[in-house]
Amino acid sequence: MSEFMTVVKKNVREYGMYIALAAIMAVFTILSKGIFISSRNIANLLNQTGYIAVLAVGMTLVIVIRHIDLSVGFLSGFLGAIAAIALTQWNWSLLPTILFVLALGVIAGLFTALPVASLGIPAFVASLAGWLIYRGALMLVTAGTGTIIIPNEAFNAIGNGYIPDILASETFLPGVHKTTLLLGAIAIVFAIFSQIADRKRKIQYKFEVSSSGLFAAQLIFVSVILGFITWILAGYNGLSWTIVIMLAVVLVYDFITRRTVLGRHIYAVGGNPEAAELSGIRVKKITFVVFASMGFLAALSGILFTARLKSATPQAGTLFEMDAIASAYIGGVSAAGGVGSISGSLIGALVYMSLMNGMNLLGTDISLQYIIRGLVLLLAVIFDVMTRKQKA
Amino acid sequence: MNDNILEMRHITKTFPGVRALNDVSFAVRRGEIHCLVGENGAGKSTLMKVLSGLYPHNEFEGEIVLNGKKVEFNGIHDSEEAGVGIIYQELALVPEMTVYENLMLGHEIRRGMTIDVHEMIRKAEDLLKRVRLSINPTAKIKDLGIGKKQLVVIAKALSRNVSLLILDEPTATLNEDDCENLLDIIRMLKMQGVTSIMISHKLKEVLSIAETITVLRDGQTICTLDRRMDDVNEQVLIRHMVGRSIENIYPPRISKPEETISIEVKNWNAYDPKLGRKVLNNVNFYVRKGEVVGLAGLVGSGRTELARSLFGNPDKYEISGDLILKGEKRRFSHPSQAIKAGLAYATEDRKANGLILIKSIQENISLANLQEVSKNGLINEELDKQTALSFVESLSIKTPGIHQLVMNLSGGNQQKVSVAKWLFVGPDVLIFDEPTRGIDVGAKYEIYNIINDLVAKGMSILMISSELPEILGMSDRIYVVANGTITGELDAKSATQEAIMRLATQY
Repeated sequence: MSEFMTVVKKNVREYGMYIALAAIMAVFTILSKGIFISSRNIANLLNQTGYIAVLAVGMTLVIVIRHIDLSVGFLSGFLGAIAAIALTQWNWSLLPTILFVLALGVIAGLFTALPVASLGIPAFVASLAGWLIYRGALMLVTAGTGTIIIPNEAFNAIGNGYIPDILASETFLPGVHKTTLLLGAIAIVFAIFSQIADRKRKIQYKFEVSSSGLFAAQLIFVSVILGFITWILAGYNGLSWTIVIMLAVVLVYDFITRRTVLGRHIYAVGGNPEAAELSGIRVKKITFVVFASMGFLAALSGILFTARLKSATPQAGTLFEMDAIASAYIGGVSAAGGVGSISGSLIGALVYMSLMNGMNLLGTDISLQYIIRGLVLLLAVIFDVMTRKQKA
Repeated sequence: MNDNILEMRHITKTFPGVRALNDVSFAVRRGEIHCLVGENGAGKSTLMKVLSGLYPHNEFEGEIVLNGKKVEFNGIHDSEEAGVGIIYQELALVPEMTVYENLMLGHEIRRGMTIDVHEMIRKAEDLLKRVRLSINPTAKIKDLGIGKKQLVVIAKALSRNVSLLILDEPTATLNEDDCENLLDIIRMLKMQGVTSIMISHKLKEVLSIAETITVLRDGQTICTLDRRMDDVNEQVLIRHMVGRSIENIYPPRISKPEETISIEVKNWNAYDPKLGRKVLNNVNFYVRKGEVVGLAGLVGSGRTELARSLFGNPDKYEISGDLILKGEKRRFSHPSQAIKAGLAYATEDRKANGLILIKSIQENISLANLQEVSKNGLINEELDKQTALSFVESLSIKTPGIHQLVMNLSGGNQQKVSVAKWLFVGPDVLIFDEPTRGIDVGAKYEIYNIINDLVAKGMSILMISSELPEILGMSDRIYVVANGTITGELDAKSATQEAIMRLATQY
């Protein structure tokens, strides 16, 4: 038990976020008499989180390299509108539309990075200009039509649809999405195996590992959580395409940041740009790459949101950038640079959206919602700073 | 009856996993200049942080008696109140503000609702007089040289009526003139009744100023030497500091330079468009394979500018001239190209631009050569760890593990990580800027051994150093830089400190 406590103390920063998320979910479940944790609501919550989480992932890397991107909210709104126009007015089919919009996102990101990387203009100003430009552009393209309704079923499925149940059965667990269960089971097995492999390697290198009892407890804990989420989702319509896309983005970015040369370079630039430059890392190039990725994810976020609404509106994307920034900070990213994880930002987005979803369920007044969200953001950052101090 | 202004009794301070101070007792007589020496990591700075209240009284064991009274500090504010002033290596000044604003920062003089500028300037002038600094109090801090800044910091401490002044390596970044001046000021303050505790690595300076010397090693007091009774010299101090005597501060080199020239620079000029002036003027030099060439010169003479202009020119100077590396004419527009071509540069300021302090040893060591531990952009975690482990062992980097963040290492070990980073790149030519700045005697010796190993294996080293004995002790040949140009070339065997200084001050 004492080992358990020291492990908790050591990792309070990492676990703190999970504990906060669990606490918030528990409180809303009690207050809403169970409605919050229902399959239907959790599916809804995750679908809402999708377009913010995707932005938060990109924003994390931007903040890690000591910049900010304010333009991404209206950029995602604008690109969503472009998608709608391509589908309804140009009569493009689905795939070219999506690829075109994603490419535009990358170009927009490079455009934001240009003054930042080449002339050293603060990203705050450069992206504020983008904020204004894309806001105007969104109004411009929707001026003639107002809200553009999208009739394309396949496109709308990205924001509303669920993966098909290829294992559907009337007799075995009726009403439960079997394919989702299977995928969940695979995820659990994968998690257990990778954890065991990791531990083996650590032992091989004589690194400190937790006792086997505690390790088993950790495995069981992770499995139970994954199993629980899977069970809840399978109880409704199963995995939605939004969740699949969000998880894919998180997994890919998590992998890039932890395992690749590019990831190391990004964190090195954030940790000390000059030392990185003098170690042969092209700081300019990294800046372009990170902003391009941000633009790409803004386009993806725009597609998710537009598909979810089945339409493009002149207000789409308003304040998304602030939600993404708040999520990243709740998730433990540091403005000083070089610190912050993708998984943390996902949890941050979940915390942030859980608050929104839960308070909506309870019918909390919108003015109060903003105040509470602000206080939670403040608390999260204070917690982060305090635990960081403790370590140093 | 001895009159001690300060007694620290049985101080023990532990950090997670490390006992930084172990039952240290330390007494300072009123009015003396007391020097604290020891290797990096010996606990000197920790002891002073305990004294200044940076570590609150409930975070360590033992007691502090100041002026005969037991005191318990909860922060720097408390110790300042009690008359203890501490001056750190890092200067705590606001560069964009004026001298008098900095001096009075936090203690502004008010007249009604507004600040009394005239009274503040008058008071600032008095303070500057106390440290014999004749500058305009309305000058901006950023326009002052480092030596003057240091004096402003001392003046600021004096404005708080200190009776006990703590100086943590005050001369580490100063040139010789400024050092002398600073030591004079400390002596003068003694006349005015200020007791000083000074931490320093420069033993000559310690011997010239100290009345009492306390040696710390591995968190324990080794001895306190009273200059009135004990016969103290450099050898004695070093023996106490490292627990053994270092016969030769500079290990002998057996290998000889080869005839082949690895790097040659011809008619090299650099113009800095930001400063609007020429920083390098017609520089010519070469380094042979397996040779250590010393680059001597005063701070600001253009040595670092030369290194950076060769190493991919990150400052975007406008350059003319030839750089011939291994027989080929090259010109690099980014450090990555220089590294690829076999030229590396270990920076003078490891904390500012050498290492990524918030990252681990492992991540720092492979940073400049990630392609070696990766395939198709994917890092081979195993290989990366192995690499770090082997360097930690071969350079004997003292750390609990390769996941330790670099900021938690001592100066000497940080320097070794920086060396490891460049060794892993395996360059043909290494420009080593101030290889032993701010590190202790033992670690210096190890760095010198590493340098000797490297040239024995055929590397060429251009060593920039402000320490003349180091230049003389380690180089095969010496170039002296002054005012952006090379003013002379000397053979290390026949060169003297005086000859170097003559060339370094030649304009």
